[in-house]
Amino acid sequence: MSASGPSGDHLLRWRDRARRRGVTPTVWLVVPGALFMVVFFVYPVCYGVGLSFQGTQGWSSAYRDFFADRLVNNHGSRRSILITLELALAASVVNVVLAVPIAYRMRGRVRAKRALIAVVLVPMTLGTVFVASAMKEFLGPSGWLNRALLGIGAIEQPLPLVGNVTGVLLSLVFTGLPFAFLLMVGYTSGIDPGLDKAAAVCGARPAQRFWLVTFPLLLPGMTITFCLSFVLAFGVFPSATLVGNDAGPTRVLSKVAYTEYSYGHYPTASAAAVVMAVVQLAVLGLVLSARGLLHRGPTTGGKG
Amino acid sequence: MTGRGCGGALRIDALRREFGSFTALEGLELDVPAGEFVALLGPSGCGKSTALNLLAGLLDPTTGTISLDGRRIDRLPPEQRGIAMVFQNYALFPHLTVADNIAFGLRMRGCPKPERAERVRRALDLVRLRAQADRYPRQLSGGQQQRVAIARAVVVEPRLVLMDEPLSNLDASLRLDLRTEIRALHQQLSLTTIYVTHDQTEALSLADRLVVLRDGAVQQVGTPAEVYERPANAFVAGFVGYRNSLPGTLTGGVFDAGDLVLRVGGYGTDRPAPGPAVAMIRPEDLLLVREPAAGSGNEVPLDVRVCEYQGRGFAIEGSGPGGQLLHCRSDRSFRPGERAVAVVAPDRVRLFARPQTETPTPDRALPVDGQPS
Repeated sequence: MSASGPSGDHLLRWRDRARRRGVTPTVWLVVPGALFMVVFFVYPVCYGVGLSFQGTQGWSSAYRDFFADRLVNNHGSRRSILITLELALAASVVNVVLAVPIAYRMRGRVRAKRALIAVVLVPMTLGTVFVASAMKEFLGPSGWLNRALLGIGAIEQPLPLVGNVTGVLLSLVFTGLPFAFLLMVGYTSGIDPGLDKAAAVCGARPAQRFWLVTFPLLLPGMTITFCLSFVLAFGVFPSATLVGNDAGPTRVLSKVAYTEYSYGHYPTASAAAVVMAVVQLAVLGLVLSARGLLHRGPTTGGKG
Repeated sequence: MTGRGCGGALRIDALRREFGSFTALEGLELDVPAGEFVALLGPSGCGKSTALNLLAGLLDPTTGTISLDGRRIDRLPPEQRGIAMVFQNYALFPHLTVADNIAFGLRMRGCPKPERAERVRRALDLVRLRAQADRYPRQLSGGQQQRVAIARAVVVEPRLVLMDEPLSNLDASLRLDLRTEIRALHQQLSLTTIYVTHDQTEALSLADRLVVLRDGAVQQVGTPAEVYERPANAFVAGFVGYRNSLPGTLTGGVFDAGDLVLRVGGYGTDRPAPGPAVAMIRPEDLLLVREPAAGSGNEVPLDVRVCEYQGRGFAIEGSGPGGQLLHCRSDRSFRPGERAVAVVAPDRVRLFARPQTETPTPDRALPVDGQPS
């Protein structure tokens, strides 16, 4: 190193120091992404939050209008928070609860696994608008499900499956379940099948093996799946508009914000969006802090 | 854990398992008295793990019966068999502490809490992990984890303990320590144990009795000394250290391998009938020297290829007459390419009738670490 001269030596030491701190030339690969985030995410978020404080009567007026139901059509915003929470929580609980057994069954070697997964994933590729319009036809008062049920005499009145919370929930489950399933498959197949055998040899019956070994190991994965399902369901409004009834029972927060924007009420629209974000963050914070109490280590029983 | 004699007597009758058209285990017969330590020994794919999984109830037998203390268990699910198992990859429950892992089987058996705590404490003492009771498996070393797994198995005082290559994932010195520990534990508790391994030294040092398997079929059953000193066939011989095998013809007291003729004798009744035979020699019995002393035995000229220092001596590989690969030992070093003479006493050459269909492959016997069978 003495042959490389003082300046070369200096350069080398500078590079060494940088490398030791994890700064390598590959760091430059982050730049496009970071730039994109700043221009298209960080700045708009700050702008929107700023906008929500520029109401017509003082900095908090947009929020006061929002919570006092003084928005377009005098719609209840506190009620919208509850509706949205209810829908998103219900949809994500149902999604996780349905996804876990399917994913658990699909761990390990299953015949035609790829084909099955492909079939399960189809709803995800259709998109909410398509699914919601299809459901409207299929589950509506004159849709063939109700007609069939009426035909065989199982019901006397068409089931109210669209135009209400049930319809939106069904649509959210239909589109969200494949996503939850896909996440859970990763978690269930990450659990060492030897643990189930070990528990069996220790004397645990199948139900005990699931609840005492598999379930605790799946909980962290279920938490994450729940959180992502929740976020997805919270912001979706095509289904609330198409299958639900966004004038009343399924007037979700994103619809409120959208209506305000379309009337040019930017501060109140931004305030609605900020409220949405805060509610979501609060739920995620609660769930994730509960997660801290769970096992977060590896899901295999050793090396090998 | 209350002393000697809590193991059960195991009886295996005509146990057979097929996977499609492949027979993984054919007709295993074994009678294990209470408290005996039996090792199933064989190379990868010999059926030893299949046998163990059949005993554990993790696989169903195609035909055959297993009884423990006279009770048929072969159709029971694993949780009803009253057995315990130690796995190659430990299979500890990662979300439970060491103490909870050990207590798991007791919990499943409905053991009351105070007794449970007491038995877990004694099991922890047994494997010297009292201080680690509240740690999680991931915070322990491999050897410690396997000791927890052993404690988890013995704490329930099972009628039968199954061990599936428990030392294969450990490094060499740890393996030696834990091996001794398993032996000591068995002497202390006298639990009936079936131990599966592909490592002959492990099997020889641990077991009261060995079952050597190959391609699903039993090759030999006997004490370690019987198997080591009087292997039943060329395969078993290859597996217990007879690395050199020479095909040839036996006539009278002379074995003719074409380019090489050996005087044989000593083993007497074990010698097969004259005809096609295989001569097998342990490397330790084939001594490489530069100047053979007169009348010291069979002399085989050898071209040295590889010489390895092994502490107490040298292991040398070379080609004998006709290019035959030979492994021998010496107390001094040789250079590659050097010509020397390997000497073997006539009574150290073991002869077996040559199988008509297959040639023995003793090199399969080299223990390959961490390879499941």
